[in-house]
Amino acid sequence: MEGLTLSEAEQRYYCDLFSYCDTESTKKVAPNGRVLELFRAAQLPSEVVLQIMELCGATRLGYFGRSQFYIALKLVAVAQSGLPLRVESLNTVKDLPLPRFVGPKNEQELRHTALYSSDADNSTPYSGVIPPPPGRVQVKKGSVSHDAVQQRTSTDQQESTSPVVSPQQSPPTSPHTWRKHNRHPSGGNNERPLAGPGPFWAPFSEAQPGSSTTGDSIWSGHSPPPHQENWVSFADTPPTSTLLAMHPASVQDQTTVRTVASATTANEIRRQSSSYDDPWKITDEQRQYYVNQFKTIQPDLNGFIPGSAAKEFFTKSKLPILELSHIWELSDFDKDGALTLDEFCAAFHLVVARKNGYDLPEKLPESLMPKLIDLEDTTVVPVISEVGDQSGEVGYSSSPAEAPPSKSPSMPSLNQTWPELNQSSEDTAIVHPVPIRMTPSKIHMQEMELKRTGSDLANPTSPLLVKPPDLSEENNMSSSKFVAGNTVADGYSSSDSYTSDPEQIGSTVTRQRSHSGTSPENTAPPPPPPRPHPSHSRSSSLDMNRSFTVTPGQQQAGVVAYPPAVPPRPPPSQGAGPHVHRSVDAESLITHTSTSPQQIPEQPNFADFSQFEAFAASGVNEEEEDEIETHSEVLQVEKPSDSAGSLRVAKTDGRVEDKAAASVPVNAGKGTTPLAPPPKPIRRRLKSEDELRPEVEEHTQKTGVIAAVLASQPSIPRSVGKDKKAIQASIRRNKETNTVLARLNSELQQQLKDVLEERISLEVQLEQLRPFSHL
Amino acid sequence: MAVCIAVIAKENYPLYIRSIPTENELKFHYTVHTSLDVVDEKISAMGKALVDQRELYLGLLYPTEDYKVYGYVTNSKVKFVMVVDSSNTALRDNEIRSMFRKLHNSYTDVMCNPFYNPGDCIHSRAFDNMVTSMMMQVC
Repeated sequence: MEGLTLSEAEQRYYCDLFSYCDTESTKKVAPNGRVLELFRAAQLPSEVVLQIMELCGATRLGYFGRSQFYIALKLVAVAQSGLPLRVESLNTVKDLPLPRFVGPKNEQELRHTALYSSDADNSTPYSGVIPPPPGRVQVKKGSVSHDAVQQRTSTDQQESTSPVVSPQQSPPTSPHTWRKHNRHPSGGNNERPLAGPGPFWAPFSEAQPGSSTTGDSIWSGHSPPPHQENWVSFADTPPTSTLLAMHPASVQDQTTVRTVASATTANEIRRQSSSYDDPWKITDEQRQYYVNQFKTIQPDLNGFIPGSAAKEFFTKSKLPILELSHIWELSDFDKDGALTLDEFCAAFHLVVARKNGYDLPEKLPESLMPKLIDLEDTTVVPVISEVGDQSGEVGYSSSPAEAPPSKSPSMPSLNQTWPELNQSSEDTAIVHPVPIRMTPSKIHMQEMELKRTGSDLANPTSPLLVKPPDLSEENNMSSSKFVAGNTVADGYSSSDSYTSDPEQIGSTVTRQRSHSGTSPENTAPPPPPPRPHPSHSRSSSLDMNRSFTVTPGQQQAGVVAYPPAVPPRPPPSQGAGPHVHRSVDAESLITHTSTSPQQIPEQPNFADFSQFEAFAASGVNEEEEDEIETHSEVLQVEKPSDSAGSLRVAKTDGRVEDKAAASVPVNAGKGTTPLAPPPKPIRRRLKSEDELRPEVEEHTQKTGVIAAVLASQPSIPRSVGKDKKAIQASIRRNKETNTVLARLNSELQQQLKDVLEERISLEVQLEQLRPFSHL
Repeated sequence: MAVCIAVIAKENYPLYIRSIPTENELKFHYTVHTSLDVVDEKISAMGKALVDQRELYLGLLYPTEDYKVYGYVTNSKVKFVMVVDSSNTALRDNEIRSMFRKLHNSYTDVMCNPFYNPGDCIHSRAFDNMVTSMMMQVC
């Protein structure tokens, strides 16, 4: 015939039907008998059937080939839709519902069509389950068939007739069994129940064009989620009979009016349900029915149904206790042993589904979850509701309000998250301090260092900028965690100052840097640098160079003004005096030496210099021995120079002069800031001292510098005959030396301070540890 | 974590018992049975005081060379016994406690079901799932 365009659903459906009719397994031809039976089941007038057969060409052929069969089926659908049978209508009619067939073959077809009904999701037969309550009643009344017939003939939409099937058939526990059961139609027995659904199909299909086989989808049965449309077809299922039985008591007790009313609304609900995709969704009618049932047990809709009453009620459904128990587990959301209205409806729904042969889900479907008023998000509701509800007394509307997590028994899986969360939070709180420990110690150490060094915190340098962000982050985290943990005491006390630490640390660094900048010799581990060249090899030489560059213009002024940090000598005039006379007279030099020692020991440590001074005043050469003695005394007294002193003492015999010379620069380095350059004899000593004491580490630098300075100077001419220029040159040189020595002095003083601090800290530690020594 | 979990009724018959290595089930049954004596002993020792003061978690009942048995008793004298593999050294006391707490919660849920008659064997799927989750962690 003409080309036939079939939709996918139709294609499948027809194919299935063909195979159904293909009893001889020819896969090509459908015997007429079967096909005719099928067509009869379509509930079409015989003349229409004949017309169809003629149109499809079967009459001509005498058998139904596949194409003829398909065409015939399509024509059946056309006829059933009430459209005139025309060949053209085959392809012109769009959205034609699948042909419906009533009769023994219906279930199968329904099933098949259900399988193939593509529009809706495969839902569920379950939807068919839903209407049972009203249907049940109706079936009981036995008006189903009657209504069915009426519906069949009329294409109206509703009518009451419950889809409930006759109670004759025992409810199969699963659609599977049902299917088997129906595969071999037992004839009349099946027809009766099928008749029921039949009428529904008609209106139903009217209602949802293209949704087709409501019943089919039910029967697909594989898919647990019942199709909405199937809701109607559910009536087919034998399980409805059991469902009917389930409510014998409740239904019978109720007025027939109500049941009829509910039944009348069944169709509407069916239609509405089909529009939803959720197979487990409760339709309005169903819900109304459930609410009514709820009222029979518990008049207050906001109240609870106690477990015992619910148990009795659901036991009537004749489901096995195990299944009822499972249904209860699913529906009692808050696990309080009582059912709210929502829970009751969910339970009822599940019972109905189960009665209709649908396997119970492992989890409560979302559409069945009770919705709590207080919660906005329904998806959130279940989680919260389960945790919340405590007592059964609380109205279900307020149950979420009481949601203290103390009701732990609610779903174990969800409940556990609560205590676990708490535990975890505690654990994390406790754990936090541990990893942080590292940072505090480091910062702490730095803090200590800072305090020790008494740094200046106001130096922003690159380290400060770089470190603080990291440190501050660590510190903030650590501090916050410390707040949470509150477990650490000592080491973490510094953590409190974390936020300030970065600055301190940075300042430490900066301070160190600045410190190093100011006194490179001190901070840097000073390898004893040789002082071979006359030029100042040390970094301080830069300063020296600077100073020397400055000095040319203003020799004395510059030199004199150079050492800013140097404490002014009490008798500057003295320094100036001998300074002037130095070059003139050797004795004056001696006096210089005398005065210089005088000037040198401004500091208490160097009080010995007075002795030295006195000693020196007595004359260099003559009192060399004295000097030596004084030197030894001085040296011995001098604390930091113990080692040097010993050396000096050791070398006293060797070179008194050198010793004296050495002592002088040592003293000078110690802390005195000789404004006046050392006298010439001392200078010589200084010169030689360099040779003497290369091994003196502390003062090697200084001495080296001194030696370098001195070496740079030619031997001081003592002859008066030198020009003033020479004198002035020597003066200049002396001043340079003076500045160098002053610088060395300051550096040595700084070193001394550090050493003193270390000593103090060590002493403190010793005292702290002393008690342990007794253990 | 657990290899065997059992719920014993007040009358000392099992309401629920499940073990993971199913071939050794009988051995676990025996282990649980023998642990009941220890449980009773602990209950009586602590039971001198009021029942309220008695702690529900009993702790390690007794160790064998392969397993350790932990006990927990409710106020209604329903006992939970858990057999844990000794090789599972990472299992701490807190975790055992939490597992017992979960068991107790699930048991309470089962009890809340009106269709469950106290004294019946526990067939609840939710309970099974919870126990499975606890036992599967071992593997």
